[in-house]
Amino acid sequence: MRIGPAGFRVGSDWRRPIAELENLYRDYPKPEDGVPDFTVRLFAARPWRRFVRPAVMIGGDFTIPDAAPLPLDLGLLAAEMGMNLQMALAQRRYLLLHASCVERNGRAVLMTGESGAGKSTLAALMMARGWRLMGDEFALVDPETGLIHGFPRLVSLKNESVAVMQAALPQARFGPPQLKTPKGDIRHLVPDAASIAAMAVPAVAAHIVFPRFGLERAIREVPPAETFVRLTQASTNYVALGERGFDALTRLVTSVPATAIDYPDAATAIRQVEALA
Amino acid sequence: MRYRAAALASLRIVPLDVLTAIYHRASGQTHIVEAPVPEILAALGEETMGVEAILDRLARDYALVDPDPAALTDRLEELAAAGLVARA
Amino acid sequence: MSARLLVAALRDPASVAEFNAAGWTALISAARAEQMIGTLAHRVAGLPMPAAAARILDDARASAEQGRIAALWEAEMARRALAPIGVPVILLKGTAFVAAGLEAGRGRHIGDLDILVPRDRLEEGEAALLAAGWEWVKPDPYDDAYYRRWMHELPPLIHRERDRMIDVHHTILPLTAAPTPDAAALVAGAVEIGCGLFMLSREDVVIHAAAHLFADGDLAGGLRNLWDIHCLIGEFDAPGYVERLRERAQLHGLLPAVDRALRLSQWLYGAGAPLTPIDRPFVRRLLGRDGWGRQRRKVSEFGFYLRGHLLRMPPAMLARHLWTKWRKGYRPVG
Repeated sequence: MRIGPAGFRVGSDWRRPIAELENLYRDYPKPEDGVPDFTVRLFAARPWRRFVRPAVMIGGDFTIPDAAPLPLDLGLLAAEMGMNLQMALAQRRYLLLHASCVERNGRAVLMTGESGAGKSTLAALMMARGWRLMGDEFALVDPETGLIHGFPRLVSLKNESVAVMQAALPQARFGPPQLKTPKGDIRHLVPDAASIAAMAVPAVAAHIVFPRFGLERAIREVPPAETFVRLTQASTNYVALGERGFDALTRLVTSVPATAIDYPDAATAIRQVEALA
Repeated sequence: MRYRAAALASLRIVPLDVLTAIYHRASGQTHIVEAPVPEILAALGEETMGVEAILDRLARDYALVDPDPAALTDRLEELAAAGLVARA
Repeated sequence: MSARLLVAALRDPASVAEFNAAGWTALISAARAEQMIGTLAHRVAGLPMPAAAARILDDARASAEQGRIAALWEAEMARRALAPIGVPVILLKGTAFVAAGLEAGRGRHIGDLDILVPRDRLEEGEAALLAAGWEWVKPDPYDDAYYRRWMHELPPLIHRERDRMIDVHHTILPLTAAPTPDAAALVAGAVEIGCGLFMLSREDVVIHAAAHLFADGDLAGGLRNLWDIHCLIGEFDAPGYVERLRERAQLHGLLPAVDRALRLSQWLYGAGAPLTPIDRPFVRRLLGRDGWGRQRRKVSEFGFYLRGHLLRMPPAMLARHLWTKWRKGYRPVG
C-alpha cells in the first residue's frame, strides 16, 4: 500500500497480519508504478515457530539487530513497526521528523515531543474536530520546496486514549486490540476518509508545537536555535541528508514560529494549539 | 601553535538567533555555536595564524573588550576537535 | 533468485529495460540486502525505468554520496590524529576506493573506517587515537584479550563525538589463519593517494579483497566484494598486471584465494570463466537472495560460518570461542 509519498510491500509467514492490513488499509492506494519504496517481512524466528507459540520477527530492507520477536496476536503491530522502521532508517527523500501533523486551509501544525507527550492523541482529536490528519508519527519536510508531506498511517493509540477516541469518533474503524505490548495496550485507528483522500497533498508549515502533558497550563515561545536542536533530535535522518537536511531545517526554523505548551488535559491543549494556528 | 580555518567555501553559516548554525561540507556535520566562534572563523579567513595575530584581528574588527589569549586558545582547541579549524 | 537479477543488472545495465514492476521490486530488495543499492543506482543511472524506481535510485545515489563524505572525513580525522607521531594512514577497503577515486568506490556503501598501521607503531597509534577522542566499543575482557592475542586488528574503537567506528589493522588476516600475509611488505608497498593518505599497492588491494572474501567470516557481502575485485582488475589491468598480482599473492600465501576470486568475479560480472567443482557451492551461496531480499540456503550459510572460523582458528580454540559466544546468547545464523 501507499502511505503519503511512500509505497510499502508487506510479506508474512502468516495470513492473519496481512488480512488485518488489507482490511484496515483498504482505502489506501497502491505503490506508484507497482514499485514499493520499502519491503517489510514478518517471519518466524525458527521454522517451527510458525506453528508452535508463533513468534513474529520483523524483517525487511532495513532492520536493526537484536529486535525481540512479538507473539502472533501482535502481528499487526509488528507490521506497523516494520513500516516505521523502514522510514526511520532509510527515508532519504524527505527530512523525517518524529512529529504528528494536522492541516487546515493548507496550513500544517507540527506537534513533536517525547513519547507520552500526547502527540498522537492530540492529532486524532483534532482530526475529530475537522482538521486533516497528516500523520500521528512522522512528518516529512521536502528539502526542495520546504513543504510538509504527510504520512497518515494508522493512528497508534495507547492505553486510555483508545477509549477517548472511541468516544470522540464512534463511527470510526479500529484495528484489533493489541494487548500487553511493550508500550501497553494499543489499538489502531483508521484516519478519516478526507485525510486518506488528501494524503498526497503537501501543506505549508504554519506552526511547530512542543506539547507536554501533565503540567499546569503554560505557553512559551521557542527561539529558532532551540527549535533547530530539538528537531535534529526528533529526526532520524537529519545527518544522513547532509546539506539538504541543513537547508530544510534552517529554512523551517527561521520561517515558522515554534511554541512549547504544557497542558493538564486534552481539551486545554486543543484550545492552546487552535489559538496558535 | 598556529591554526587554519576550514575553507570558507566549505562552510554554510546561518545565524538563527543569538546562536548560529554552521554546516561543514567536508565533514557533513552541523555545529551550533555562539559568539565569538563565527568571528574567529571570519578573522582566520583563509590564512594560517597564531593566537596573538587572531586576537589582534578580533580586537580590530569586533572591538573586543577583554582580549584573553588563554580563552581564545580554549575556543580554538574546541574548534580543532570539531574539525572546523586545523592545527598547522 | 533475485541476486541473479542484481548480478545481471550490474554486468549489463541495459538488461533492466526488460524489467517489469515485480522485477524492479525484487532487484531493489536484493541490492539493499547486499548493500549494493548505491552501486546499482550508478550503474543504471539514466536508463529508462519506472519513475518510482528512478526516485529510489536517486535517493540511493544521494545517500552513497553522503556516506562518501562521512568516510573521507573519518579518514582525515584519523590522519590528523596520527600525523603528529609520524604514523602513515593506509586506508583499506571502501574508504580507500573513494579516497583514490576508483570505480569500485562509486556508490559503494562504506561502514567503518579500516586502516593499516605498521605493527611496531600499533601501540603509539592506539594511544594517539584514544587521545583524539576514540574509545573502546565494548570493554569486555574476553573479547579484548581474544582480539589482542589472535586478531589482525585492535578491538574496534568508536569516536565519542562522531559515533563512527575505526578498525585498526596491523595485517590483513587473523593471526590464527593458515596463510600469513607479509604485513611489512603490505606497508612497504603502500602508495600515496593525496592529502597525506595512503592505500595498498594495486596488487595488494586485490589480494586483500580476496583474503577478506574467503577467510573473514561467512561470505556475507561476497557479491559486493567480488564487484570490488571486478572493478579493481578492470581499472588496473595492464600488460603483466595479472602475473604480478599472482606472484604477489604467492608471497602472501594467498594465491588460491586470489585465483578463486578472479574466477568468481569473471564468472559473475565479466566475460565468464570456467568454474571448478569447489567453486559451485560458493556461487550458490553468493546468489542465494530471493525476491524479498532473504538469504535462502540457511544450511549452507551455517557451513560457511564454520568454514570461515576454521580457516582462522585451530579447532580447540574454535570450540572455546563458540562456547563463550553461545553462553552470551550469540546466534551465528539468521
